[in-house]
This record gives sequence, structure tokens and C-alpha cells, in this order.
Amino acid sequence: MKLSADALTLGFPGRTLCRGLSLAIAPGECWAVLGNNGSGKTTLMHVLAGVRSPLSGIVRADDSPLAQLGAAARAQRIGLLLQEEPAQFWGTVLDYVALGRYPHRRALLGRDPTAEQLARAHLDRMDLGTLAGRALATLSGGERQRARLALVLTQDPVVYLLDEPLQQLDLRHQLQTLDCFTTLAHTAGRAVVMALHDPVVARRRCDHAVLLYDGESPLAGPAERVLTSENLERLYGVPLPL
Amino acid sequence: MSRPVVILAGFAALGAISLALGLAVGSVRLSPSDVAGALMGYAPGPVGDIVLRVRLPRVLAGFACGGLLALAGALLQVLLRNPLADPYVLGISGGAGLGFLAATSLGLGYATSHVAGMVGALTAVLIVFGLSFRASDWNIYRLLLTGVVFSAGCGALISMILLLAPEMAVKGMLFWLLGDLSDATSPQWAWLALIGLGTPSVLGSGTLNVLGLGRSKAASLGVSVPAAEVAIYIVASAATVASVALAGPVGFVGLIVPHLVRLLGVTDYRWLMPSAMLAGGALLSLADTGARSLWAPLQIPVGALTALLGVPVLLLLLAGRR
Repeated sequence: MKLSADALTLGFPGRTLCRGLSLAIAPGECWAVLGNNGSGKTTLMHVLAGVRSPLSGIVRADDSPLAQLGAAARAQRIGLLLQEEPAQFWGTVLDYVALGRYPHRRALLGRDPTAEQLARAHLDRMDLGTLAGRALATLSGGERQRARLALVLTQDPVVYLLDEPLQQLDLRHQLQTLDCFTTLAHTAGRAVVMALHDPVVARRRCDHAVLLYDGESPLAGPAERVLTSENLERLYGVPLPL
Repeated sequence: MSRPVVILAGFAALGAISLALGLAVGSVRLSPSDVAGALMGYAPGPVGDIVLRVRLPRVLAGFACGGLLALAGALLQVLLRNPLADPYVLGISGGAGLGFLAATSLGLGYATSHVAGMVGALTAVLIVFGLSFRASDWNIYRLLLTGVVFSAGCGALISMILLLAPEMAVKGMLFWLLGDLSDATSPQWAWLALIGLGTPSVLGSGTLNVLGLGRSKAASLGVSVPAAEVAIYIVASAATVASVALAGPVGFVGLIVPHLVRLLGVTDYRWLMPSAMLAGGALLSLADTGARSLWAPLQIPVGALTALLGVPVLLLLLAGRR
């Protein structure tokens, strides 16, 4: 599935964050979204995921508008890792991660062995296997972030939209997470979009990028054209010895 | 067997026991064989009348109202993301009480006042929903605040009516305001509501689980969040109105029963919803059997007993929690 955006204007009524953003995300691509605080990275992720509408412009899944896709069909194709989630949750880590199968469920009630199996596999992948039976609320910040990543992996979408996937992770798990998602893009034909704060990571791991400038037109395209030192220094307003 | 299965089976058994006790216990002593005979139609005369026409409708009414209140409480706790939510937080009991008291103080009969209570409850739902609903910007906090403020307004008017009403009438008013099943002679509507509202709630409980992740995450997992929230509000309101119409605003069951089930270790809504309905039904029918037989022939309103029965159970569970 190709996810594309045409002439997006993002923001809230009364505050425009970014104007005229167009991009097309194809299977196998790994995108970085870079920008300062408040530049619209999270809003862009939510709009691409279809959980929020843009002020103007349109998001398409293949050739049909995303808004026309049913909610479940959309969630089978697009997964969204949120930057923030409520701290309280009713159940265990395994309960939490298994909810990733919600858009794929066939029966309304009863146990879903596939869901549990997939959830356990992805918990192991995120080194949380031994914590599966613990209440989610008792996990540390980094462990909870890994549980969120495991949920999105269990959802198994075609496009992964990851808002700050590396936040709160220790160095080893940052690298492991990056490996996991770039492998999904390069070998499983998934598309990955990551909102990041580290241009070095973006240059090393991503083949495409979006730069969200404050009050200027955004840039989007192949990494070698977009992630130049000049563009990045103008984005962050600091000299970058890249 | 897993824990949720055990808990659900336990509450099903408790529900059956509560119904049996409700038939067997009362101001007239009956043996279990009398009751069984009456149920199978072998007991003509007063025994058959007591079991089939007095106790059976009342115990069935108590069970249905308890189940409806627990259902509404559990749904509103999800909808409002607030563990203190109960079926009356959005003004239904206030509207119902105002309707009932206004009708009574106008000198209308008890039956008419009951209808006025139901009309008041429905009016409250329509007013609160109408004031807070915007299709473009559906906001749970506006709903909660509108309901709470509306309740407070009704509470003030209810106090005024109670103060101004003739002393003779006040006792009847307080009885109804506490929740009372002594006039609940036709439980079939409440059972229809319990089955008609409980079934979609249990079938939709997977969605309740996902809504526990917050609105954005639920939306990203394919829940149509505003539609689901409006549906939850409508089902919870309908359950509450059905219960209030039959028994008045019985307190405590809707707030406490979902927590009781959670404290027993059932937090997955697919198990919590059916367990809570059975537990609520059992609690209210047990409380009502107590209310009409402990001080017989004196009857006290069941609403006074639900708290007396439920509070110690819940406090013990809370204290025993690690």
C-alpha cells in the first residue's frame, strides 16, 4: 500500500503548523520526520494515521482517500505509535500487547490464541517476555515504551507511523528498535515513518525525510536531497558538524 | 480453570442462590418444598399466591435492577474514564427524583408519580445530552460537567420540595428517593432491558478494552471513538432509566459492583461485564430480601441496605489488597 499526502495544511483552528506538505510513502521505504518542538511532527503522524483531519489537503491510501476507508480496514493497514498514552491500564503487559490484534479479530468474544501467540513473540522480541504477566502500570518508562512498540508490531500493519520510537529507551534497545523497523522496511516490504530528534540517526537509517520548518514550507523527499547539512542547520538553528 | 471463569461461575451461583432465597424467605415462613411446589404449579391458595404473585415478581425485579445498575456503572466508568462514575453521575436520578416528587406534591397518585419519575429521568438524559453534544466536537468532560451541574440543580430543587412538603408526604418521598422495590410488581420490562442492553454490552466488551487505551490509541486500532462513546452513553442511560422506573434511584450498586469484580481480579471487560451484571443482580436481590424480611412486617427501602451490605465487603477487599 502506498500512503500519500497532497497539499496538507496541519494545525488547530487558530494555529497553523505547516502548509503545503505533499509526500508519497511507498513500501520498503524508511522515512524520518524531523522538526523542532511544536513544529507539527505529532500532528503529521496523527493525520497520516487517519485519527485526526488536516486543516486542508488530503491523505490517500493507494488511490482512495483515507477517510473513505473503514476504521478497522484502516487500522489493519496503518499502525500508530503514540508519543504519550494514559498511564493507567486495566490489565497486564500481555493483555495490553494483545490489543494490537483488535483490528484483525474475527469473533467478538472468546480467546484468540493467535493474538496471544503473536503478542508473546513480540514481547520476547522487545525483551519483555518475563514481564508478560505484570500489570502494565508497574513497568518502568523504558519498559512501557517497549510494550507500546510490541503492541504496534502485534498490530502488524503495512505502514508503521512511529512518534518518537526511541524515547526513554536505553542505548541497546534504541539500536535494537531501529534494526527491527529498518529490517521490516527492507525485507518485509513495510513502510516505516519515524518522528526523530537525532539527525545522525535519520541520516544513517532513513532513505527519505520530512523537515518541518517553523513558519516556512516543509521539505520532503529522498534523504540525500533533503538531509543536507545546510537544510538541517537551518532547521535546528545550530551548527551541525555532520 | 482460569480466574475470570471461576469468578463468573461464582457470581452465577450467587445469583441463583439470591433468587432462591428471595422466594423462600419472608414474613410468612415457607418450607423449600412449598416453594418448589408453588413454582411447579402444585400449590394452589395462599402459598402459591405468595410465591408466584408476591415474591417472584419482586425478586426478579430486584435482580434485573441490580444487573442494570451494575451494567450502567461499568459502562460509565469506561466512558468517563473515572472510577467514581456511577449510573447517576449524569443527572438521571436527579431528574427522576424531581419528576416523582413534583408529581407527589401535586397530589397525584403513587402510580402516576412513578411515571413522572421515569419521564423526569428521560428528560434529564435528553437535557444533559442535548446541552453537551456537538457532532463536530464531542467532549466527554463537557458531558460529565453538564451532568454533574444538572444533578446539583435537581438536588437543590429536591431539597426544597422536601422542606416545603407536608410532613405526612415526606416519608413516602424519602422511601422512593432511597430506592424501594415494594411496588415493583411487573419486572418483565426491566428483564427485557437487561437482556436487550446486556447482550450488546457483552458483545462489545472487546471495544471497551480498547477504549481503556485512550481515545487516540483506540482510534488508531480501528474504533470509531465518538460513535462508540455515544453508544455507551445511550446504553448506560437506558439501563439506568429502566432501573429507576422500577425501583427508584437505588444507590451504591452501580458504583461498587464493577469495583468489586475488579478487586477480585477480573479486569478484562469481556469477563467483567457479565460478572458485574450477575453480581449486581445478586447483591440487589439479596439486599431486598433483607429489606423486606429482617424487620418484618416493617419494610425498609432496599437502597438503605445495599450500602450496608456492600460497604463491608468492599472495605475488606480493599484492605486485603497488596
